Amino acid sequence: MAHRIINWIDHRFPLSSFVKHELTGYPTPRNLSYWWNFGFLAGFVLVLQVATGIFLAMHYKADIAMSFDSIQHIMRDVNYGWLLRYMHAVGASAFFFVIFVHMARTLYYGSFRAPRELMWWTGQVLLLMLMATAFMGYLLPWGQMSFWGATVITNLFRATPFIGDQVVVWLRGDYMVGDATLTRFFALHYLFPFLIIGAVVIHLVALHTVKSSNPSGINLADKDNIPFHPYFTIKDLYGLGLFLIVYSVFVFFIPDSLIEPANNIPANPMQTPNHIVPEWYFLPFYAILRSVPNLVGGVVAMALSVMIFAFMPFLDRSRIPGGAHYRPIYKLQFYLFLLDMLVLGYVGYVPPTSQTLIIGQIATLCYFGSFFLVPFISKAEERWLMKRGLPLEVKELIEKESHDKEMRKRKPLRRKEGTV
Amino acid sequence: MGNETLSDGDRRDFLIKLTSVVGGAGVAATCVPFVASMNPSSDVLAKAETEVDLTDIPAGGMRTVAWQGKPVFILRRTPEEIQAAQSSNGIIDPEPDSKRVQKPEWLVVIGVCTHMGCVPNKEGPGWTCHCHGSQYDDSGRVVRGPAPHNLEVPPYHFVAENKIVIGKA
Repeated sequence: MAHRIINWIDHRFPLSSFVKHELTGYPTPRNLSYWWNFGFLAGFVLVLQVATGIFLAMHYKADIAMSFDSIQHIMRDVNYGWLLRYMHAVGASAFFFVIFVHMARTLYYGSFRAPRELMWWTGQVLLLMLMATAFMGYLLPWGQMSFWGATVITNLFRATPFIGDQVVVWLRGDYMVGDATLTRFFALHYLFPFLIIGAVVIHLVALHTVKSSNPSGINLADKDNIPFHPYFTIKDLYGLGLFLIVYSVFVFFIPDSLIEPANNIPANPMQTPNHIVPEWYFLPFYAILRSVPNLVGGVVAMALSVMIFAFMPFLDRSRIPGGAHYRPIYKLQFYLFLLDMLVLGYVGYVPPTSQTLIIGQIATLCYFGSFFLVPFISKAEERWLMKRGLPLEVKELIEKESHDKEMRKRKPLRRKEGTV
Repeated sequence: MGNETLSDGDRRDFLIKLTSVVGGAGVAATCVPFVASMNPSSDVLAKAETEVDLTDIPAGGMRTVAWQGKPVFILRRTPEEIQAAQSSNGIIDPEPDSKRVQKPEWLVVIGVCTHMGCVPNKEGPGWTCHCHGSQYDDSGRVVRGPAPHNLEVPPYHFVAENKIVIGKA
């Protein structure tokens, strides 16, 4: 019976072939390590956030007179409301953690290099949408941190040339963050996840065109690919188990550890808390904002600090295949960059003093400097590695790749000659 | 209509361009109400002016009132405070005290730090912003950064000896 139903569908819709080509039989490099689990985990957290979010929205009220109390209502009165809310709040942090690891893996193994540039750029767009969604969601509990975080961030749009003040009022729908702001943030916070799902589909279509990268950095021959199911369904599920253990520890034992205490005070537009900090995942970027003494300069630096990752395919000019594993200087640069991120995160967290200001400015210079130096360092490293001697196979691979590139460049030219 | 008109490439190109422009203009015009709906609504605009009775503020005392949702500090300055404010022009954003008040006794400034939009606290002479450590004097002028500008003076006018309307000069 089931067979007949599937036959009936296959006649009208490519169900079996889609499942076979894109899911179960999808060719996957057999040497993927656990660092390749994080894309799947990001997708899982996205589903988790949408599911908990929809059920929270059934009890939440987007009105400044009621929103703070409706969170208390969810926490105290709604059946398992506390669980839904903690899952959603911890889920936001988990989302950023998973995405940051996913990005770090891409940088370390050079997965952003040709032909995977579009994967990297659609991922960059996804990161921006995730940041926007998280920022708007943070206003909804209408606590002191919610209010002043939204005030400071919407204030940044004053840096828009000529119409800065009007843009800020337009974004808020009021002269200060108010009821209009809360309601529109709720509407957009509900909308954005669905845009993210759409962008994820594009990300996956691109992935299934170029296929997964792998720790060797070399595009494997067909014989080194294995079907996704059961090998990687089980590997992803095992990783998911580990992830869920950590996630559950946060949800059930330390759910408040990532919520600023000041956000348990209702928003008060007449009184600013003594110390404003963003959520941990924004800290490095916030530190860069604060390190530039000028408002417009700070906003530009912060925007650039997020967007600059997109330039990596152009900046990395090394032709050595494989990621940091085979490139000692790039590897060193990668770890120094992570260290710099941690320093920036710390500077973003502590109240500003003249000392942390200087540390922040040095760390900001290092942040941008490490990107600007990539073209020169990667080229010098390539020359050094070639002089030191590469394995014959690698040399052949580099020659073959530059040959292919040359051929691709010539091909459209020849076609044109043919038509003339 | 003859066959020649139908196969006239220029005519076809022109019609395609014209249709695209008119269609594009229509789409742009349709966006206007959507974008405009996000601007402040009438009830928000209605609170654009605030009337304040000053009679019960003692000398040296301060009151915070809400104007357009923003805190406005109204400080009744003592003769000593006036003298101190008039004796200097501020450091980071120099401006004489006389340009910042209508009557020397009354200082009216928007209580929003010009750095990141926090609300400074009244501490000793002047205000201190706890967010990033900016300090302002009793004329609302910044005396210590990182704030780049003095506290803004809102448009206001006296409607009676002891009554002001904030929101209109």
